[in-house]
Amino acid sequence: MRTGLKYLALAGYVVFLAFPLVWLLSTALKTPREMAALHPALIPRHPTLANFADAFTEQDLVGGGLRSLVVAVAAAVVTVALALPAAYALARRPGVLNRVAIGWVLVSQVFPVILVVIPLFMVLRRLELVNTLAGLTLVHVTFVMPFALWMLRGYVRAVPREVEEAAAVDGAGRLRSLASVVAPLLAPGVVATLLFSFISSWNEFLFALVVLKDPEVATLPLTLVRFTGPEGVARLGPLAAASLLATVPSLLFFAVIQRRLRSGLMAGAVKG
Amino acid sequence: MSATRSLAAARPAGRRPSRGFSGGGGTLALLLPALVPVLVLSVGPLVYGILLAFTDARSGRNSVTSFTGLANVADLLGDSDFWGSFRVGLVWGVSVTVLQFLASLGLALLLDQNLRFRGLARVLALVPWAMPPVVTGLMWRLVYHPDAGLLNALLGTDVDWLNDFSLALPAVIVVGVWTGMPQTTVVLLAGLQGVPKELHEAVSVDGAGTWRRFWNVTLPQLRPVIVAITSLDFVWNINQFSLVYVLTQGGPGGRTRLPMLFAYEEAFRYGFFGYAATLGVAVTLVVLAVLGLYLWRQAREAA
Repeated sequence: MRTGLKYLALAGYVVFLAFPLVWLLSTALKTPREMAALHPALIPRHPTLANFADAFTEQDLVGGGLRSLVVAVAAAVVTVALALPAAYALARRPGVLNRVAIGWVLVSQVFPVILVVIPLFMVLRRLELVNTLAGLTLVHVTFVMPFALWMLRGYVRAVPREVEEAAAVDGAGRLRSLASVVAPLLAPGVVATLLFSFISSWNEFLFALVVLKDPEVATLPLTLVRFTGPEGVARLGPLAAASLLATVPSLLFFAVIQRRLRSGLMAGAVKG
Repeated sequence: MSATRSLAAARPAGRRPSRGFSGGGGTLALLLPALVPVLVLSVGPLVYGILLAFTDARSGRNSVTSFTGLANVADLLGDSDFWGSFRVGLVWGVSVTVLQFLASLGLALLLDQNLRFRGLARVLALVPWAMPPVVTGLMWRLVYHPDAGLLNALLGTDVDWLNDFSLALPAVIVVGVWTGMPQTTVVLLAGLQGVPKELHEAVSVDGAGTWRRFWNVTLPQLRPVIVAITSLDFVWNINQFSLVYVLTQGGPGGRTRLPMLFAYEEAFRYGFFGYAATLGVAVTLVVLAVLGLYLWRQAREAA
């Protein structure tokens, strides 16, 4: 009886968590005709992949996807390139700056983004970078930077100092010990930070909304939001398909890191 | 993190830092590439934004900005739209945080037990986290859609959920709970797994039931984790923008206009940069005050 109740509760959670997703998938597989039907069904009667094909032929969506890709790759590479040397210094030389950097990660969470968006917009306007992908990339770099620093610092700390010292004893110079000993050990952490920065930029909406006024330079989240408009249900199918496609990068990312999310990583992050 | 820190502390004292880490100048050179963009494009704008709150800055390219002291604050206090938005923000922030916590605690307790399908539930519990906020908003718009929506089909109703004056805010709150459950569940689950088994065993020997064990052992042990995650959730929720913007754009009639949506409109629709900045500062102060009070009370009760 008690176990039965527990399973009932678990089933309730599964339904609550899953049903919007199932509905999104169902909408993506429906024909326009079925979308217009009076009583929408959970299981499409004539499932079709046409909506996915449509999403790939919509110029706005494809263009938005490509522009998101450019911004996200550029933002991720620039962020990690800038953060890696700093994270190394922060991890190996703990001190005041170290605490300031960690503090900044927390402080930047408390302030509403709007307080940063307005001045950034004014600065970008002065630099003639409004409505450019370069401007958005720049904003995304600064937006992700604190957390990227924090992540990378953790990975550097996980590389035992003794390993570097041993390399130094063996006569390797500093650069060689960094390149041949530290770099391979850091590689997984760098990849994780790259992916995290990529996803943050790929999903980001508010900055894009403010910086990219022009529909011709809109990134994917913007095109998705504007895609529906006020018109009827005919375009909901392609919209659902495109939304699913837009989620693929972060789903892959989470599939890779989910084990660590579930285990110690978060516990340490909170208890620290 | 505490483990790494204590390991570092346990390192034999007096060990020379190895070659290459000793140069103070070198450290600064390493830090500059990261500190410059953060200072110029993140700390700088924040300070700039706070200063803007005391000006009459407008969006026009050639508009002249002058210091107006506390004039914006006076306007804000007399602005009924602001108070409406503020109220919506508090209702949203508190109810989403509380419901997220209760729902996540229940789920975490279930996932901590040896139930079948636990793996499936664990994966599903992470999915909302992996979804871009815009997609989450669009997805729930499909669920709430008056004609093609799942909810009306299931309930046999004909309600325009997101455009109904009294239903829009609750409908949006449900989406907020859905979105934030993963982080909260993961953190609480990690906390539950950190509760020493011996404590439970000791109390069961004393003959305490499940409920008493939960109340007297689990909850007190979880307390630091609960305080940390609910504080973070509250900050995240009160600063929420994208999700609600995609769902309702603050409508109908401002019933879901969170403070950040209000500030966005003031700044980028009407061009009142200074006024919007004042709003941002005001919300920050309220968040800090609420958090301060909450953390202080928790610290006092824990002591």
